[in-house]
Amino acid sequence: MKTKKLIALLSACALSVMCMTGCGETAGNNTSTSSQGSAAASTSQESKTEESSVEDNKTAALSGTIQMVGSTSMEKLATALAESFMEKYPDVTVTAEFVGSGAGIEAVNSGNADIGNSSRNLKDEEKANGAVENIVAIDGIAVCVDTANTVTNLTKQQLTDIYTGAVTNWSEVGGADAPIVVVGREAGSGTRGAFEELLGIADACAYANELDSTGAVMAKVASTPGAIGYVSLDVVDDSVIALALEGVEPTAENVKAGNYFLSRPFVMATKGEISEQSELVQAWFDYVLGEEGQEIAAKVGLITVR
Amino acid sequence: MNTQTVEFGTIVGSKKNKAVVENVAQAIFTVCASFAILAVASITLYMIISGTPAIFKVGLKEILFGTVWEPTAAEPKYGILYVIITSIVGTALAILIGVPIGILTAVFLAEVADKRVARIVKPAVELLAGIPSVIYGLLGIYLINPLMYKLELVIFADSKTHQFTGGANLISAVLVLAVMILPTVINISETSIRAVHPGIKAASLALGASHVQTIFRSILPAAKSGIVTAVVLGVGRAIGEAMAITLVSGSSVNMPLPFNSVRFLTTAIVSEMSYSEGTHRQMLFTIGLVLFIFIMVINIILNGILKKGAQADE
Repeated sequence: MKTKKLIALLSACALSVMCMTGCGETAGNNTSTSSQGSAAASTSQESKTEESSVEDNKTAALSGTIQMVGSTSMEKLATALAESFMEKYPDVTVTAEFVGSGAGIEAVNSGNADIGNSSRNLKDEEKANGAVENIVAIDGIAVCVDTANTVTNLTKQQLTDIYTGAVTNWSEVGGADAPIVVVGREAGSGTRGAFEELLGIADACAYANELDSTGAVMAKVASTPGAIGYVSLDVVDDSVIALALEGVEPTAENVKAGNYFLSRPFVMATKGEISEQSELVQAWFDYVLGEEGQEIAAKVGLITVR
Repeated sequence: MNTQTVEFGTIVGSKKNKAVVENVAQAIFTVCASFAILAVASITLYMIISGTPAIFKVGLKEILFGTVWEPTAAEPKYGILYVIITSIVGTALAILIGVPIGILTAVFLAEVADKRVARIVKPAVELLAGIPSVIYGLLGIYLINPLMYKLELVIFADSKTHQFTGGANLISAVLVLAVMILPTVINISETSIRAVHPGIKAASLALGASHVQTIFRSILPAAKSGIVTAVVLGVGRAIGEAMAITLVSGSSVNMPLPFNSVRFLTTAIVSEMSYSEGTHRQMLFTIGLVLFIFIMVINIILNGILKKGAQADE
């Protein structure tokens, strides 16, 4: 009995000590590997500069840095593309800053960035300064109602009135006499930002429900008679009805043709045509507009341009 | 008494090992205890470090007494007065509904129910405690929200100003919270009622009091301190809950009126954390700090009440 208890105590003690030393060791390992990692990074950077001075076997040894600056709405797309591109070309670093569309194009025109991300079409004066519009994907937003709703089409004005609270009953826009339950996304959501920006009602919306995910919006609209909500175009399914806007059905074809107004292009602007860019930037656009890049665009909920 | 000394003797029988065992055991206890203290200290430090920058940027008065929450506007506004009031009102109402039901259920289980019925009710209550909060939220969406929407349609049929929420409102959130605190309140109250000395009940009955009189005049007062503990833990669960009510409350920042879509301190953090940045994100940490201070203050006050109650009992 006595020895048993003693053994139990000692082993417990030994175990806890082992736990702690274990922690210490792994922590030590981590720091050492990270320092090794940074050392490796610095050597690879040196080798990069060597390779770029050789400049012959371009497919195998792409290296250098691509700087992207621009739209916050494009953060998801830009980050996903950058990550997979760097995975494919380990010697390339793609940096992305998210400061806004206008600032991005300005940076590209002044030569401070290779690519300017813009979540709108370029303005004429921006084009005059040398920026070229390369549309890499299109962001489309569908407006949904529950399946029992008789309204099938809304004008831009009607949609604006509904979301600002000027219209509160479906009968005012040609539907049954039922109150409208206005569903939207939380502040900071990209979909909400795009929706409000495209309608010109930024921070003027009167939401009855601010939900924090696309799925929640779909579920709420599907289960609430008289609800209206907006989601990314690619997630719409049979549980809700996606409304036509200004008589245009929300289909990928209509969005690509530019007829559906609740959509915006994602532009990666360059100074001058793509063919005038460095080899690295050309490779970037080959990748982004190629099969892999477009697959990523579809994965983050965008409409592809191919 | 005899057996105790014998037991004691066997552990430290050998003088050689005695000091080692004692010291090692004590060291282990100390280390274990310091983990909890370390956790509390680091959380407090972290909340203060990450929660204060926004206060200096925005201003404490504007945060606590502002009523407009527009964190992404061109001129952002970070007023969380409605959010704070919602948390207070929501928790208070949930306690108001949940605690009486919980205590009476505990009385039923401990005093009234015959064993066969208790054998069904007791496990059901215990099961209730084990259900994850997201399930409560889903039940709220599919059961309470549609009901509330029907009520809303009837009550506000002629209203021109009411914004219809589809049933996602303060009442829905309060009902879900009230159900969620039930198991805590029931279990702890029942334990404390059962712990009341049988002599008290017997004396009361012997003096001619009816069973119900005995319950309300003798047993419940005697179990007071346990019941207060139950309420304290219930408040803690209600004010800290996020997942269940984020699904049923609508999450728009509004005055906490019964049929308004409302946002609690917890849901305010959860709902906007994913895409927030800059001051907006810091502000969410500040909301966390406010919630943290709230819980601390509530704990201190209720602990004070508990201690007073304990002293009065003695």
